[in-house]
Amino acid sequence: MVENNRWGNFFAHLVLILGVAIVIFPVYVAIVASTHPPGTFIRGVMPLLPGPNALENYKTVITEGRSRAGTPPIGGMLWNSFVMAMAITIGKLSISLLSAFAIVYFRFPFRIFFFWIIFLTLMLPVEVRIVPTFQVVADLGMLNSFAGLSIPLIASATATFLFRQFFMTVPEELMEAARVDGAGPMKFFKDILLPLSITNIAALFVIMFIYGWNQYLWPLLITTDPEYYTIVMGIQRMVTGGDSEPLWHLVMATVVLAALPPILVILFMQRLFVKGLTETEK
Amino acid sequence: MASITLDNLGKVYAGNVRAVTDVNIDIKDGEMIVLVGPSGCGKSTLLRMVAGLETITEGTLKIGDRVVNHLEPAERDIAMVFQNYALYPHMTVYNNLAYGLKNRGIAKPEIDRRVKEAAEMLQIGQFLDRKPRQLSGGQRQRVAMGRALVREPAAFLFDEPLSNLDAKLRVQMRVEIRQLQKRLGTTSLYVTHDQLEALTMADRLVVLNGGRIEQIGTPMELYSRPETVFVAGFIGSPAMNMLPSDYLRGQVAAEALAHVPAKADFIGIRPEDMALGPVQEGALALSGRLLLLEPAGAESHLHLRFEGMSDTVVVRLPHVPDVAEGSMLNFSVPRDKLHPFDRESGKRLA
Repeated sequence: MVENNRWGNFFAHLVLILGVAIVIFPVYVAIVASTHPPGTFIRGVMPLLPGPNALENYKTVITEGRSRAGTPPIGGMLWNSFVMAMAITIGKLSISLLSAFAIVYFRFPFRIFFFWIIFLTLMLPVEVRIVPTFQVVADLGMLNSFAGLSIPLIASATATFLFRQFFMTVPEELMEAARVDGAGPMKFFKDILLPLSITNIAALFVIMFIYGWNQYLWPLLITTDPEYYTIVMGIQRMVTGGDSEPLWHLVMATVVLAALPPILVILFMQRLFVKGLTETEK
Repeated sequence: MASITLDNLGKVYAGNVRAVTDVNIDIKDGEMIVLVGPSGCGKSTLLRMVAGLETITEGTLKIGDRVVNHLEPAERDIAMVFQNYALYPHMTVYNNLAYGLKNRGIAKPEIDRRVKEAAEMLQIGQFLDRKPRQLSGGQRQRVAMGRALVREPAAFLFDEPLSNLDAKLRVQMRVEIRQLQKRLGTTSLYVTHDQLEALTMADRLVVLNGGRIEQIGTPMELYSRPETVFVAGFIGSPAMNMLPSDYLRGQVAAEALAHVPAKADFIGIRPEDMALGPVQEGALALSGRLLLLEPAGAESHLHLRFEGMSDTVVVRLPHVPDVAEGSMLNFSVPRDKLHPFDRESGKRLA
C-alpha cells in the first residue's frame, strides 16, 4: 500500500517516537520522583535520574500513609478504589445487559419511550446531576459507604446502547432455534446471548473499570471518613492536606501505585478480548 | 410421528395486514408436504405458524390429536431446520445437537447415544468437537439436520434449508434429505421457492399464492393438470406457454379445437409438448420464427415469435436441432396436451 520510501519511513517513525515520548515523559518523571528523598523537590528542579530512596518511599506510603495530614496507608485506599470500581463495573454490565435484552427481545408498552429515556441520560454526566444526587444519597444515609460510592454511578446509558446495538445484529433465527430447543427467555439469555457478547463485555469491562477507578469528584464529595477514601482522591488529600510543603516523593509513589491496577486490568482483559475476537462468530 | 391438520388456518398481522387465508391441509403420518410459491406468498409464515414462531390468528392447528394453537414451539414436538442453519456459534457441534435434549432434561447417556447416532447417520461424526464456523456450508447444513434429528420429533419443519448451498451440493443434500425422511418416516413440512426442489421431494405439493392455496396434489398431478393459470406458470421450467385462444382458433381447423370449451380465453401448452417437424395425425399445426436457440447439453430451448402474437413462445426439445436463427419452423401439438383457462377466474376449464 505504502511504497518503501526511506525518508517516509524515517519520518513516520520520528512522529511515532515523538508521540510516544510525549505520553511517556510525565509517567517517567513520576516514577523518577518517587525514588528521591524528601529534600530534592524544594529547589523547584525536577531530577531526571532515579534517586536512592525508592524502597523507603514505597514502604512509607504502603505502611504509614501520611498520618499527620489525615491520609491513611495506601493499601486501604487501593482496596476501596478496587471495590468501588468493581461494583460500578459489574453493576453497570449486569444492568445494561438486562435492559438491552429487554428492549431488543421483548415487546412491552412504551418500549421505545424507555429506550429514549435511557438514551437521554447519556447527556447527563455525573457532574451535572451531582448536587441532587448528593442530596438523595445523603437522605438515604449512604454517605461514607461503598453503596454510596458505587450505586449512583451504576446506571449506564452507554453500555445499554452498545449492547442493544450488538443484540440487534444477532440473527433472530438463533432465538427461534433456542425456542424450538425448549429454552425460555432467560435460558436463551444465559446460554446463547451472554457467551456471544463476551467480547463486548470484556471491552466494556475495561472501559467501565477505568471509569470507576478514576472517579474523583464523587468520592471526594461523599466520603469524610478515611475508612472510605479512594486512591484517586487520596492523592489530592496528600497534596493539599497538612501545613507543610506537599511531600512530592510520597505523592508520586502513590500516583505510580494508583496507576498500576488499571494497567493490569487492561493487560489481563486484552488477552480475553483477543481470544474472544478469534473464537466467536455471529 | 403424527399427522398434522391445518384447519382454516389464517394469519392477520397487526394493522390488518393479511398474510395467510383459509389454509386447509391434512398431512398424513409420514408424508412429505412441500409448500412452494413465489416470495411473499405466505409459505414461510405458514410454516412458522405450524412451528409456533408466529401466532395463529384464525383456525386450528392439530399435531396428532392435540390442538397446539397456543403451545410454545418446544411443546409442539416439532423440530425445525432454518434457512441460515441458526447453529449456536459458540457451541461445538456436539453441544449444538445436545442443547435441545439437555433442556428437556434427558439423561446424559441417552443424549450421548442419540447425538452419536445422528452424527453417524449424517456423517458428521468427526466434526463433533468443532465449532460451526470451522465447517463448510454443506457440513453446517448436516449439523442443522442433526439438531432436528436427535429430537426424534413428531414432525420436521424445513424452511428453505438448501437455498444457501451451491447448486451441486443442493442436489446432493436434496437427495439425502429425502432418503433420510423416507427412512425415518417422519411427517415433514418443507418450504421452498424452487419448483424443481418441490417437484422432486414432495409426496404432495401445495402451491401458495397471495396467502391462499392454489392447488394441492402429487407433483405429477400438478404438472400434468394445473388447476389455475398461476400453477401452470409456476410449476415447470421453462414455464408453460399461454396462447390466446382467439389466436389459436385463427391458426388451426375448428375440429382440432372441438374439445376445448368455447369460453376458454387462454390455452396453455408446455414447452416440451411441441414437437418440431411435420404435423402428426390429429395434432395441431403451429409455426413461428426462431429468435434464439439455447442449447443446454441434453436438451435445447427454442424462443419463437408466432405471427400475430405479442409474447414469445418457448419450445423445449430433447436434442439440439440443426436449425438457423431467423428461420420459420413448424411444430405439431397433440390435442390432449392443451390446457384451457378462463381469464377472469384464472381457473382451468376442462
